[in-house]
Amino acid sequence: MELSKDTLTKIDEVIGRYPEKRSATLMVIHLVQDEQGCITDEAVEWIAEKLELQPVNIYEVVTFYPMIRREPWGKTHVRVCRTLPCALRGSYKTCRTLEEKLGVKEGHVSEDGEFSIEFMECLADCGKGPVVIVDEKTYEDVQGEAAEKFAEQVKNGTLAKDRNFTSYEDGLAKPRKKTVASKKKGARRK
Amino acid sequence: MAVAKEKRIILKYADAKGYSNDLPCYLEHGGYDMLKKAVKSKPEDICEEVLKSGVRGRGGAGFPTGMKWKFLDRKSGKPIYLICNADESEPGTFKDRQIIYKDPHQLIEGMMISAYAIQAKQAFIYIRAEFFEGARILDRAIAEAKAKKLCGDNVLGSGYSCDIVVHRGAGAYICGEETGLIESLEGKRPNPRIKPPYFPAVLGVYQCPTIVNNVETLCNVKHILEMGGDAFSKLGIPNNTGTRIWCVSGQVQNPGYFEFECGALTLGEMIYDVCGGLNPGRSLKAVIPGGSSAKVLRSDERFTGTLKDGTEFDWGVTDIPLDFDGPMAAGSMSGSGGIIVMDDSVDIVEAMANINAFYAHESCGQCTPCREGSLWMRKISTRMCSGGAREEDPDLLVSVANQIEGRTICAFGEAAAWPTQSFVAKFKDEFIAKANQPAPDDDAEGPARLRLI
Amino acid sequence: MSGNGKVDMVSIILNGEEVEVPAGINLIEAAEIHGREIPHYCYHPKLTVAGNCRMCLVEMGMPMRDRGTGEPVLDADGNQKIGWIPKPIIGCGTNVSPGMHVNTDSPLAKDSREGIMEFLLVNHPLDCPICDQAGECRLQEFAMDYGRGYSRFVERKNVKPKRTRLGPRVTLDDERCILCSRCIRFCQEVTKDDVLGFVDRGSYSTLTCFPGKELSNNYSLNTVDICPVGALTSSDFRFKMRVWFLKESPSICTESSAGANTLVESREGQIYRITPRRNDAVNDTWMTDSGRELFKQVRFESRLTTHQSDGAEVTLDGAVARSVELLSKDKIAIVGSCNSSVEEQYLLRKLADQTKAKTHLPGHFGDDDGLLLSADRSPNLRGALATGMVKKYPSDNLKPLALQLGKGAVKTLLVVNEDLFSLGITKEQIKKAKIIYVGTHENETSKVADVVLPGLTVFEKSGTFINRNFRLQKFFQAVPGPAGLVPDFLVLNRIAAELSGEVAESFGLESLWNEIGKLRVSCLKGIAFREIPSDGLALDPGQLADLPYVEGPSLNFAPAKVKKKAKAKPKAANT
Repeated sequence: MELSKDTLTKIDEVIGRYPEKRSATLMVIHLVQDEQGCITDEAVEWIAEKLELQPVNIYEVVTFYPMIRREPWGKTHVRVCRTLPCALRGSYKTCRTLEEKLGVKEGHVSEDGEFSIEFMECLADCGKGPVVIVDEKTYEDVQGEAAEKFAEQVKNGTLAKDRNFTSYEDGLAKPRKKTVASKKKGARRK
Repeated sequence: MAVAKEKRIILKYADAKGYSNDLPCYLEHGGYDMLKKAVKSKPEDICEEVLKSGVRGRGGAGFPTGMKWKFLDRKSGKPIYLICNADESEPGTFKDRQIIYKDPHQLIEGMMISAYAIQAKQAFIYIRAEFFEGARILDRAIAEAKAKKLCGDNVLGSGYSCDIVVHRGAGAYICGEETGLIESLEGKRPNPRIKPPYFPAVLGVYQCPTIVNNVETLCNVKHILEMGGDAFSKLGIPNNTGTRIWCVSGQVQNPGYFEFECGALTLGEMIYDVCGGLNPGRSLKAVIPGGSSAKVLRSDERFTGTLKDGTEFDWGVTDIPLDFDGPMAAGSMSGSGGIIVMDDSVDIVEAMANINAFYAHESCGQCTPCREGSLWMRKISTRMCSGGAREEDPDLLVSVANQIEGRTICAFGEAAAWPTQSFVAKFKDEFIAKANQPAPDDDAEGPARLRLI
Repeated sequence: MSGNGKVDMVSIILNGEEVEVPAGINLIEAAEIHGREIPHYCYHPKLTVAGNCRMCLVEMGMPMRDRGTGEPVLDADGNQKIGWIPKPIIGCGTNVSPGMHVNTDSPLAKDSREGIMEFLLVNHPLDCPICDQAGECRLQEFAMDYGRGYSRFVERKNVKPKRTRLGPRVTLDDERCILCSRCIRFCQEVTKDDVLGFVDRGSYSTLTCFPGKELSNNYSLNTVDICPVGALTSSDFRFKMRVWFLKESPSICTESSAGANTLVESREGQIYRITPRRNDAVNDTWMTDSGRELFKQVRFESRLTTHQSDGAEVTLDGAVARSVELLSKDKIAIVGSCNSSVEEQYLLRKLADQTKAKTHLPGHFGDDDGLLLSADRSPNLRGALATGMVKKYPSDNLKPLALQLGKGAVKTLLVVNEDLFSLGITKEQIKKAKIIYVGTHENETSKVADVVLPGLTVFEKSGTFINRNFRLQKFFQAVPGPAGLVPDFLVLNRIAAELSGEVAESFGLESLWNEIGKLRVSCLKGIAFREIPSDGLALDPGQLADLPYVEGPSLNFAPAKVKKKAKAKPKAANT
C-alpha cells in the first residue's frame, strides 16, 4: 500500500509517543484516512502489521467509530448536528435545505462524488446552533434563510471566502506579530 | 435584587479583545507563573490545596477532585498517568471548546501542575475528533511550551519531566466515560470496564494508576494554586465551591456560555435575565439543567424538601440555584452544566425521541440492558412520532428504562434511562394524547411545526 | 486452592442461610456449591471475567456499621441491620468476602433477571424450530426458569448476516448472537489465535472475522461448545439430530496422550457428535477438532467385521481355536499397540508370559501443539509400561522385530491393531511367520494375516487409559459394535485361558482388575475398577517417571524432566 513519505514519517513519530504501540491505533488510522479518504481492507492489514496486531483488532476499531470511513465521503463533506439543542433551533430543516440544494440525501454521497451530507451527534457548540461542519470548519447559526444562502455557497464552493459565514475557527483572534520591542520582560496586564 | 454578575476566572481572557491562543500572549498575562510556583512546592502540598478547595469535577459526575487524587495508588510502583478528558460530547455542553480553542495554555499549565502534584509519568489529552482545529491548536501550544521547558523534559529545570500527548477520538460519546476513554487510549474498542476491579485510580491505562479529569477541572487547579485552597473554597457556597461555566442552549434569545460562582444565580435568572428570556410570544415548557442525561424539569413543577445542611426548600423551576446540589435536590442534576431550554412550541415526545436516538446511536453495545434497551426505546419513540403511538407506550417506555437503570456496566445506562423516565413521568398527558394523533406531515409549514426527529 | 492442599474457607450468608465457601471464588461458583443457580451467559470458569451479559445480577449487602463509631447498627429486634446495596451487582465479578450477604431470589434480583431476559429476546430471531442449539440452549432454559413469560416488543428486529461460514467447521448466525464475547476471549486466551472480533456498535454489533481470515485453528469447535446460544454451530452436526434424542456416554479422546475427557453422543447405535467433558486436571473444558472427527472411523468401509482363519470365514470359536493352536508353538512374538486399553495390554503381557513371547510396541509421534495434541499420538503408551507389557520407551518403528524375523526367530506373530509394513517390516520377512491379527480396520497386515479377529473401537467397548499426566481414566461403551463381535479383552482372555487348558469364565472389567491390582511392581497395584473416580485417578509413576517421554509443556501438564522454570503454561487464564 502506497503512503506518502510525509504520512509515513508522521506515523512513525506518532507511534513513538506512546508507551505501547497499540495506543497509536486511532492516530495512525486518522493519518491514513486523511491521505486516502477512507480505510480499506488493505489499510487495515497494513496498520495491523505496523502496530504488531491482528487485522481483526484494527477492524474492530475502524468499524466502531462513525468518523472512520470504509468508503470515502464526497469531495465536500457536510456534517449537520442532529442532537436536541440544535434540533430545537431547526437543524433538521437545515439538513433538508442542504439535501435539496446539493442533490444528495443525508448519509449518502452524490452521484458525481462531489458532495455528501452526514448527521452528526452533538458537535459541542450548542449555543450557536444549528451547527454545520464543512471541510473541518465549524459554521454556526445555520438556520432558516441563512441556511438557504449557506447551502448555495457550499454548492458553489465559495463558502470559505464568503464573509456572511465565518467559521468558529476563523473567528478566533489571530496572534499579534511579535516584534522584539513589543516584548517587555515582566509585562503584565490584569 | 439585581442578578449576579459573571465571575470569569477560567474564561477571564478567552474572549478578551486581541487575546490569542499563542504562548507569548499567555505569558503576557501572567501565564505559567503558577507552574513556576508549583515545581518549587511539594507535590503533596498541592494535593492538599486541591483537597481543601473542595473543587468538584466539572465533567458531569461532580466528584470531589481532591478525593479522587487521594484514591490514587501511589504504592504499586507502576507509573502514574494523567488524562485530560477533552471529549466534550454531552449534548448541551460547549464550555471545554472555548478553553481549548481560545486559551489552550491555561489547560496545559493546569495539566502540568496536576501532573506534578500526582507525580505522573506522562499525560494525555483525549480530544474529540470533531475538534479538528482544536487538536492542532493543542499540538502547537504543547510544542511552544516544550520549547520553553514548560512541558516535557526537566520542566523549568526542576528535574520533573512529563510529556503531554494529544490523542484524537473518532466520534464516540462513550469515550467520555473514563474507562471507555482509557480503553480507547489503549487502542481498543472503547468498552467501559467493570468497576470493581478496574477503578482507574488503581488499574487504569495500561493497568497503571490513572487520574482522568475534565478540562475545566484541570484549569481550576491553576487558580486554586494561585489563590490558595482556602480562598477558593470561599467562592460559591459550601460544598459547591468555585465557579462553573454554564452553557445555555435551545429556545432562548441569547444562548451562550457564562461563568458564575456556584449558587450565584437561579435557573430563572439565567434563562430570563442573562439569556434574554424566551422567543417572543412563547412560554417556558421544560428545562434540562445538566446536559441531555439529566432529568427534565417541567416548567410548572414544584420541588420541596430539605437540603444537606438542614434548610428546607420550596422551589419552582425558576428558583433552583445553579450549583451542584441545587438541581440534585430538585430530582435532576447539574451534570456538565448544559442547560437546554424548551418552549411551548416543542413536541415533547419528539424531543424525547431525539434524545433516545442519540443514546441508541452512542451505546457501545457491550452490556445487554443498555444495548438492547436503548435501541428498543428509540424504536418505540420513533414509532410514536410517526403515527403509531399506543396508549400503553409511555408505561412501556418507563418499564424499559427502569430495567436499564442500575443494571449496566457504566453510567451510560442511567444517562439513557433518566431522560425517558422523566419525560414520561412529567409529561404523561402529552404521551397519552400522542396515541390519538395522526403522523405529522413533514411538509406542513407553520411556526409551530418544528421537527426534531 | 492453596498449594498445600488446604482450602481457606469463608463464611457468607446466602439467601438467609450461613454457608461456608472456599475463599477467592466468585458468587456464581459459591452459589453452585450450595445448590443454587445464578444464571449467566458470559461467565466461563476457564476464561477471564467480562461481566457484560448482566444476567448474574444478584443483591448484595454488608452488615451495617455506624460510619462514625464503627459500631453495628441494630434494628428493632436487636439484630444487625444489613446495608443492602440499592443497585444489583454481578455475581461473576464479585468475589466472596467474609460476612457478606447475598440474595439470589430477592425481588430486585428476580426483576433484574426478567429484565435482562427480555432484553436478550428483543432482537433474537424466532429460530428455535430450525436452530441446532434447541434443547441445550441457555436462552431457552433461562427464559423458562427466569423469564417473564410474555413479550412486549412490537417493533422490528435487527437483521444481521445469517448462516455465514466462519471457518471450515463453524457456521455463524449473527442474529442469534447475544454478544457475550466468550468465543473472542477463548480465541485470545486459550488458543492465542486472535481472529474473532465485534464490528459496528450498539445493538448492531456483529461478530466476525477480518475479511480473508477465518476461524480455522484446531480448537475452533470449542467456541461452538461454549456459545450459549445457536450463533456458533458445528457445520458437521448442523441439522443432523435434535440433542434431546442423544444419549451421552463418557469417553476419552484417543487422538493423543493428552487424554481429553469426552462425551460421545449417540442415538440408536449411531454416533452423531463428540463434545468435551470437563476435567480440571486434564483438559479443562476443551478438546481438539481433530479428536472429534475420530468417531467417523466407526463406520468406515474398511471395518473388519468377520472372523477369518486361513482365508475362510469362521466363527469366533474357530478363530480362537486356530489362534490357540498357533500360539501353542514356540518362537512367538507379540506386537502390541499404544491404542489398546490398559486391560488389553495387561492381557497381552499375560499372553507374553505364557508363551514366552517377546513383546514389541511401536509408538506414534507427531508435533506437540502445546495444548491438547501432544507429541505422543496414542492414548495409552503408559498403559503398556505400567502393566509391564514392555519395559523400554517405544520408538516409532519395529526394527528389533525385523531383525528377529530376519534371523528366523519368530514363527507366530500376534499383532494388535498395527500395520507392520508401515513400521519397517517387509513382506519378505513376514513370509515365514504366521500372523494372528486383532484389529478394527483392514490394512496391509490384516490382508496377509492367517487369523483375523476383528476388534472394537474405543466407542464400542469400555476400559481405561493412562494419559500423559499418568492419570488413569475410564471410558465407557457408547454404541454396540458390529454384530457378533465381543470386546478385545474378552477374546484375549479366552485365548489366554485356553492356552493353559482352562475354560474361560466370562467375566467383566471388575474381575480383570482384581488380577491387575495384584501386579507386584506396578503403579496399578491395589486399584479396584469400581473405585477409579469418574474424573480419573492420579497414579504415582515411580520408576517410570525417568523414561524419555516426548510430550512438551502443555495445558495442565509439565514434563517431569524439564528445568524448574517451565511450569505448565497457564492456558486457562484465571479471573
